[in-house]
Amino acid sequence: MSRVREFPLPDLGEGLTEGEILKWLVQIGDIVELNQPVVEVETAKAAVEIPAKWAGKITAIFHGEGTVVDVGSPIFAVDTDPGAGDLPEPSAASLAAVEIAPAEGAVEPGLIGGPAPGGRTAVLVGYGPKTGAAKRRPRKGAGVPASNGVPVAAPAPVAAPEPVRAAPEPVRPAAVAPAPRSGGSVSAPGGLVLAKPPVRKLAKDLGVDLRTLTGSGPLGSITRDDVHLAASGVATAAEPAPAGPGTVAPAFGPDREQRIPVKGVRKLTAQNMVASAFTAPHVTEFLTVDVTRSMKALDRLRKRREWQDVRVSPLLLVAKAVLLAVGRYPMVNSTWAGEEIVVKEYVNLGIAAATERGLIVPNIKDAGRLTMRELADAMTALVQTAKAGRTAPADMSGGTLTITNVGVFGVDTGTPILPPGESAILAFGAVREMPWVHKGKVKVRQVTTLGLSFDHRIIDGELGSKFLRDVGDFLADPEAALLGWT
Amino acid sequence: MAKGDPAGTARGRRATPRSARSGGKSPGTGDLVQLLTPEGDRIDKVTWSDGTEYRVDFTDEEYRGLYRDLVLVRKLDAEATALQRQGELGIWASLLGQEAAQVGSGRALRPQDMAFPTYREHGVLYCRGIDPIMPLGLFRGVDLGGWDPNEFKFNMYTIVIGAQTLHATGYAMGVNMDGKTGTDDGEAVIAYFGDGASAQGDVNEAFIWSAVFNAPIVFFCQNNQYAISEPLERQTRIPLYQRAAGFGFPGVRVDGNDVLATYAVTRAALDNARHGQGPTLIEAYTYRMGAHTTTDDPTRYRIASEVEAWQAKDPIARVRAFLTKQGIADDTFLAEVEEQAKQEALRLRERVLEMPDPEPLTLFDHVFPNGSPEVDAQREFTARYLDSFEGSVH
Repeated sequence: MSRVREFPLPDLGEGLTEGEILKWLVQIGDIVELNQPVVEVETAKAAVEIPAKWAGKITAIFHGEGTVVDVGSPIFAVDTDPGAGDLPEPSAASLAAVEIAPAEGAVEPGLIGGPAPGGRTAVLVGYGPKTGAAKRRPRKGAGVPASNGVPVAAPAPVAAPEPVRAAPEPVRPAAVAPAPRSGGSVSAPGGLVLAKPPVRKLAKDLGVDLRTLTGSGPLGSITRDDVHLAASGVATAAEPAPAGPGTVAPAFGPDREQRIPVKGVRKLTAQNMVASAFTAPHVTEFLTVDVTRSMKALDRLRKRREWQDVRVSPLLLVAKAVLLAVGRYPMVNSTWAGEEIVVKEYVNLGIAAATERGLIVPNIKDAGRLTMRELADAMTALVQTAKAGRTAPADMSGGTLTITNVGVFGVDTGTPILPPGESAILAFGAVREMPWVHKGKVKVRQVTTLGLSFDHRIIDGELGSKFLRDVGDFLADPEAALLGWT
Repeated sequence: MAKGDPAGTARGRRATPRSARSGGKSPGTGDLVQLLTPEGDRIDKVTWSDGTEYRVDFTDEEYRGLYRDLVLVRKLDAEATALQRQGELGIWASLLGQEAAQVGSGRALRPQDMAFPTYREHGVLYCRGIDPIMPLGLFRGVDLGGWDPNEFKFNMYTIVIGAQTLHATGYAMGVNMDGKTGTDDGEAVIAYFGDGASAQGDVNEAFIWSAVFNAPIVFFCQNNQYAISEPLERQTRIPLYQRAAGFGFPGVRVDGNDVLATYAVTRAALDNARHGQGPTLIEAYTYRMGAHTTTDDPTRYRIASEVEAWQAKDPIARVRAFLTKQGIADDTFLAEVEEQAKQEALRLRERVLEMPDPEPLTLFDHVFPNGSPEVDAQREFTARYLDSFEGSVH
């Protein structure tokens, strides 16, 4: 048995074909125990941790985080006997030779249930390394063309010791760490290329030489798009998969454009924003407030002994202001449900958070019942969990009213779009020192702008204005508001 | 007399800690049989509302044996989950969190009693003395379950939700017709199902037939709070055990995370059945700590705080606390059990990896006991087809 074993991505949930690498929990060189979690993978059904199948040293990680990997493709390799000295120099050739365990490499996908070659038995549910092109077992008898169109030269003798392999072994992509995901640059040797007849005709019509193209279709076959792209004079180099949209420097292709697949959080955000913007008639109002008293109150709060190790930010007071104002105008915390309006007594307060994976809006369940201290702790935990990318889907659903703290990006305010199902969202802008008329004189005061978007089907201008004014009143003089309202 | 904490007797029944389930009601004092608290304190006896008194009387050795069962069953289950994640099993239905419900009821069975499982009863299977490798062949897709149901008195796993309750009812009616009830050594039948299955027509039909024919059967419902993703409050308006009254037989709710109470309640219900007293519904109130199966993502429908609240009621931790407090087990014993579990899990793994793939034609072997012309023809056709390939040995 080879010392170095490759782990192919298994079908984690009954018939899945691919999974996205979410997070590597180990690095190359790490020693892992049997069943130690190695990587988090998200499929269409679940995000799961994959435990190490062998104890040993991680020698290779084949795909970076954010990459979508086909089931059956190797994702990491383990040296199962790291104490036995250095491995041979990992040249590309030796890697290719080492990484396909010979026994596993001999498994033919078409041979389900047949005699297991080389002692390898896991054909039905285990996965050998991906062989690239599915091969059909050759049938006995004359001239049956093989799947890739290469005719079998002569009928093989019935008792052939070695089955005739019509399809040559496909070229495996070199197993170097984070390899760009190509559509599978498999081209049969001898200048043969995979393309359907209509595509061949199209290529002929457009004067494109198929042999110069890299196919992006199944099994590396050339598609109509590939031909059109080539005909328009655009190179078809395999595009590098971006590690994460927005956070890395764009990798531009020769056409000076980058194409980022729309998936995951970005896709969800887009769907939600479109759904909301085109169903709920939005109105946005603004209010600029002198929050100097709030900022001073926060300073005093931080100095109290029981609050010393608590993260206290102006957002905490905004949250409190919103919760109190909701108590005074409950209609703001409601949902348009077609035939009826659902007004909620509980406030699941959403806090929009910018994370590496994109915008997510986890919410604090029943925030109105929390004490100030509980609210502060909940907000800190919520943001930290979100930044770490560990927010559970349940924490993101059921929000009833949201605050988006655009001020942290240094802007004054915005016209936020309602999360679907909510009827109000408050944008909290940057707090700046500004000249402000205070007690009849122009003074330097700390000032911020609030922007409230609301669903005009439920909330009229009067209600929205009163709500926004109350939030502003609280921030202008929190002590008096607390005394007056609670 | 069991080695109980005398203080526990004086205190009497204690309410279980409140569950954190939003909207869900936790059972409180008076509607849950519990003999071992989550803190590991013994309650000497519990009297149910119908006057039945539940208690257990175990030797130290038996207490240690139950602990060993629980730890082994959990470890083997965890290994199977890991094997699925590594591509060696097609799917796995983990029993994590339900060990006590399964070991307690499984150990309460007498050799002559017949059990009808769902696909999650790996713990009961273990208690019936069946090699734990057996269900893994099924979930690996190399066989259809390899044990002899008659030899071990444990039916094949049933994937169809609730269907086995009807099979069990028919079997139990047969036991009556054979005249094997009415004595101390009578036979009884137990049918396992979940809270989700309780809404199935099959299960309700089974209740009716069993009640009308006074079948010697125990309906053992592991209420793990979720029918895949549907929480209990969307499945029933009343506690599940109360449904039995409408069908005309007794129902009782037991703390399914308490192996002692589960044993006591199941044993009493089985004894009633074997004496000819008819069916009982047991609702074992427990929690599925893991996913429904490896294909499911529970974080999409339940909140972390709920899982944490149930972690505090762990079925194994409370037995360990009890054994330690009472001096029934020391660290050496606990370490020895851990090591045994680890070794058995490793052996299980090695044996799974060595499981041979089945010959394609074995598919036809067990369709009819003595074959049939149609199946024979299909077998011949398939053999000819397989033989038409190059390199085929068929």
